[in-house]
Amino acid sequence: MSVTREEVAKIASLARIKMGDAELDTMVPELNNILDWVEQLGEVDCSGVEPMTAVIPNSLRLRDDVVDAIPETAGGRREDVLANAPAAEHGFFGVPKVIE
Amino acid sequence: MTSYRIQGATGEWEVVIGLEVHAQVTSNAKLFSGASTAFGAEPNTQVSLVDAAMPGMLPVPNRECIRQAVRTGMAIDAEINKYSRFDRKNYFYADLPQGYQISQLYHPIVGEGQLLIEADEKAGIPEDKVIGIERIHVEQDAGKLMHDQHPTMSYVDLNRSGVALMEIVSKPDMRSPAEAGAYVRKLRAILRYVGSCDGNMEEGSMRADVNVSVRKPGEEFGTRTETKNVNSVRFVMQVIEYEANRQVDVLENGGTVDQETRLFDPNTGTTRTMRSKEDAHDYRYFPDPDLLPLELEDSFLDECRASLPELPDAKRARYENELGLTPYNARELTAEVETFARFETLLGVAAAKIGKPEAKVATQVANWALSVAPGVVKSLGEEADMANATAEAQAAILAMQDKGEISGGQAKEIYEIVLKTGRDPEEIADSEGLKQVSDTGAIETAIDEILANNEDKVEQYRGGKDKLFGFFVGQTMKAMQGKANPAVVNQILKDKLG
Repeated sequence: MSVTREEVAKIASLARIKMGDAELDTMVPELNNILDWVEQLGEVDCSGVEPMTAVIPNSLRLRDDVVDAIPETAGGRREDVLANAPAAEHGFFGVPKVIE
Repeated sequence: MTSYRIQGATGEWEVVIGLEVHAQVTSNAKLFSGASTAFGAEPNTQVSLVDAAMPGMLPVPNRECIRQAVRTGMAIDAEINKYSRFDRKNYFYADLPQGYQISQLYHPIVGEGQLLIEADEKAGIPEDKVIGIERIHVEQDAGKLMHDQHPTMSYVDLNRSGVALMEIVSKPDMRSPAEAGAYVRKLRAILRYVGSCDGNMEEGSMRADVNVSVRKPGEEFGTRTETKNVNSVRFVMQVIEYEANRQVDVLENGGTVDQETRLFDPNTGTTRTMRSKEDAHDYRYFPDPDLLPLELEDSFLDECRASLPELPDAKRARYENELGLTPYNARELTAEVETFARFETLLGVAAAKIGKPEAKVATQVANWALSVAPGVVKSLGEEADMANATAEAQAAILAMQDKGEISGGQAKEIYEIVLKTGRDPEEIADSEGLKQVSDTGAIETAIDEILANNEDKVEQYRGGKDKLFGFFVGQTMKAMQGKANPAVVNQILKDKLG
């Protein structure tokens, strides 16, 4: 598996990462090296081995349906939430107008 | 069987419709955080650091949201997937702080199910039809953008960000606006019966993406368009009507339909292309590494199943088969949660008060609940105080009517007074003289007088002019000022006229 220069440019643009020609020159071969390296795993015969999602058997934990039970994941902290906003007005985030 | 067709210049076209309904899951807290889901709070006051996508925060699913999705799946006879997984759908938009939506693309929690829409001749649905449901998956809602508050900025409120949604995807099984409308209404009823979504379309708790294509009957599916975020049954039907006709026009003028996303404008009833970059649909889905697969235990599924209420189809069948209601009454009474809840309460109280089994009084109660009582309420308008519309008061009126103490007209008059004043129905009947005379003596006297004054008609009646019976009933009721018990009047008249 390998990626073309166009594919890398497109993925970068989808991820909103600005990437000039010089960077693409180095990034494309680097990515392909990584892909080649990972591809070695394909040489291992793993037929009959169950796919594993975690090294330690573990199951997804669920939370109870309780509002603001844990301070770290509770609402009611608008100042914290807005603290890093480039613009905050009347309790809203302000962003450049996104409608034509 | 009549079917919906668009008449084009080149002949008839069939419309093919599939719906993706987004239903907000009823829960106290959000899907992956403890922030509240309550509607209408001050902006950004119900946003946790998880919902704001602060670095290092990890999502932990809310059990109740999972439970409601499973119960909904069970209510549409769907396969429940004991193994499901969350995936990231990547895109950038100002209402999505994470830069991705956590959804379920590859392994949804609910698989194939179905839903029945009932025949409704008047609405253009000639027979019952089963609509296939492809899947239900659980995902996060985005925040809300406001564009009209500032000249150069859009405002973002993340209160809705991270609230749990169920996306319910139908198969392309619908063939007319009426069927799509019936599907949305039925789905809404099921969600509300189950209690997994409040179904409030105005507040955005339910909205639909409408997929429409057209084809010549019998041919392959045409290219579809998807109209996003349609928030009422009427608008869903308008979108289909408009899109189907638009596509037929395009095709008949030699054009092709573009597979695209469109927006509905409720003011004009039309749809238009949503301007979008060509890459917009490249979501680069991948399994969310923050979340392990969701594996459901049998005990959890058993609990979900045991907690399901009687569902609309079963209830409708029971109303018809066990309570002996007409199909129309059964359908009307089971359409909304509030309607059947009021009916069942009244039925229980009335049956007890009358002293007969529910099945014996159900028809009387149904007619009262669907037509008589709403008629009185409507005629009173603002004067009606619905706090007075208790089951006890209504049952008391129905019981007096059942015993023949009051007529149908008197029942309405008494109910009017009840609604206005909250007085006791039996007391009203007594003190306002709103009772039928069942006293045979008084009725007999009145009848004797009428027969004596109309000897010619009595003779004609006895000579075979049966229709005159109604005349005698009318005269008697008039003489009794409408208060005579009709059954007693009929009996005495029959006896006397021989």
